[in-house]
Amino acid sequence: MLEVKKATRLFGQKRAVDALSFKVDGPQFVGIIGRSGAGKSTFLRMMNRLTDATSGQILVDGRDILALKGAEARAWQSQCAMIFQQFNLVPRLDVASNVMHGVLNRRSTLRTMFNIWSREDILRALDILDRLGIAEQAPKRAEALSGGQQQRVAIARALMQDPQIILADEPIASLDPMNAQIVMDTLKRINVEDGRMVIANLHTLDTARHYCDRVIGMRDGRMVFDGTPAQLTTDVAREIYGADDSFNEAATSTAINRPDDSPALTALREAASLA
Amino acid sequence: MATVLPAEPRISDIRDDYLALTRRKRMYGGLLLLAFIVTFVAGFQIAEERNAGGFAEGISRIFDFPHDLISEAWRNAANMPGHATAAFPALIETVNIAMVSTILGCLLGTALALAGTRGLAYWPRLIPVARRTSDVFRAVPEIVIALVLIFIMGGGPVPAVIAIAIHTAGAQGKLFSEVNENVDLKPLDGLASVGATWWQRTWLGVFPQVLPNYLSYSLLRLEVNIRASAILGFVGAGGIGYELRNAMTFGQGKFDQAAAIFLMLFATIVIVDQISSWMRNSLTQGRAA
Repeated sequence: MLEVKKATRLFGQKRAVDALSFKVDGPQFVGIIGRSGAGKSTFLRMMNRLTDATSGQILVDGRDILALKGAEARAWQSQCAMIFQQFNLVPRLDVASNVMHGVLNRRSTLRTMFNIWSREDILRALDILDRLGIAEQAPKRAEALSGGQQQRVAIARALMQDPQIILADEPIASLDPMNAQIVMDTLKRINVEDGRMVIANLHTLDTARHYCDRVIGMRDGRMVFDGTPAQLTTDVAREIYGADDSFNEAATSTAINRPDDSPALTALREAASLA
Repeated sequence: MATVLPAEPRISDIRDDYLALTRRKRMYGGLLLLAFIVTFVAGFQIAEERNAGGFAEGISRIFDFPHDLISEAWRNAANMPGHATAAFPALIETVNIAMVSTILGCLLGTALALAGTRGLAYWPRLIPVARRTSDVFRAVPEIVIALVLIFIMGGGPVPAVIAIAIHTAGAQGKLFSEVNENVDLKPLDGLASVGATWWQRTWLGVFPQVLPNYLSYSLLRLEVNIRASAILGFVGAGGIGYELRNAMTFGQGKFDQAAAIFLMLFATIVIVDQISSWMRNSLTQGRAA
């Protein structure tokens, strides 16, 4: 379904992403870890076509999305939702309008300027918000919401796009541990229930181990690890982060003492393994 | 142990509420648009009635003057370098007036802006005074000040400098104080925490943040002031405006001279624009390095 072939991005002489290659079959939950500046964000931005690649290919269902231009590139963007660390909502518009922005690619500019949305769009946006448990926030301005709620609005906008792939660029890096868990649980639900591929850049190893089906480690633009969460031992993490023996995960872990799995998640996992 | 929970709003209620909200917003938007169109059309009709001519008949003649000017200048194109050389000292005078008045006005504007910004002012009680002063300075057109000063002091560049500087101080006082309002106050807290005086805090904490914007606005003002000082020449303040007025009057056959002056003014603005964008770029890049 997704095949990345030697995707490369240069910033001047610096290789931000250096010949990255991997293949994902089916709707997996893929986590990308690595220290700041390892090229994680650049790669996601390349996939969403926010940043142009220098060379290489990214094939989605056999089509090279890096070669798309103009309207075709925008159509691809609408199928490949992006969730940002700082939510990137329009702060002064209401929550439901922010969610409806997900279908901008299929709506005319003139109607958008007069803020005319069809009844179906409005109802769909409200249903998505209801699914994420924040329907009662619909008429409020986005800026009035807490960080965790704003990130769920961003996820709702992504769902409104009805995308094949959801990219999440450090979705929980500016959230407190409890909101972080709500947001990650939501992403996992979308992954399992809707069968959409999720690729998430993550900062915390315990999050990567807990939620991902597969973890990719990046260092200085290159892939240095590709395996299951179980294979992501502390030694491997030291290798990915280029840290020495003094590196101690527990020191900065944000996990609230989690008895390994919440019942809901266990049920979801079972459902996933049956599917 | 029965606790009364606030009733969770049901999704159907939320739907109805939001749809009603959308309808209301659309109605307000539609009414506003209607009001806008009505005022626009009515205003146009009033202007049309009071006009000596008519918009529809007049619009075809809009290019008559430029056409006369260009065709006459084209016929006498050979004279234009001579005219340009003759008018060059006057151009220098105009640019000089603009530069001196921009520098004086921007310095005064900086003082007004600092005194008129909440959170930065030395005497917070005088903030309204500083603000109203800059309001008055920019409310009075420079041509009015210039006419009064020319009446008192006689013609020449000094009244023009004073007139433009006062207007510039008012305008820049407003713009600079808006820049000041966006200043990050954290460095000021840091400097205050080590016991710095107001002057030290302003010099080290405010100016490094605002100077690039100040300079950018000041260079824009220089362009505006070149035009203003050319116009003041029309009322006897010297410089190229005086030459232009003499050349531009209809029916004297001096349009080639007017065209030469226009071209020189245009070139001056382009050159100032190029220099200022180069300066702004080097400033922002220097900051990044």
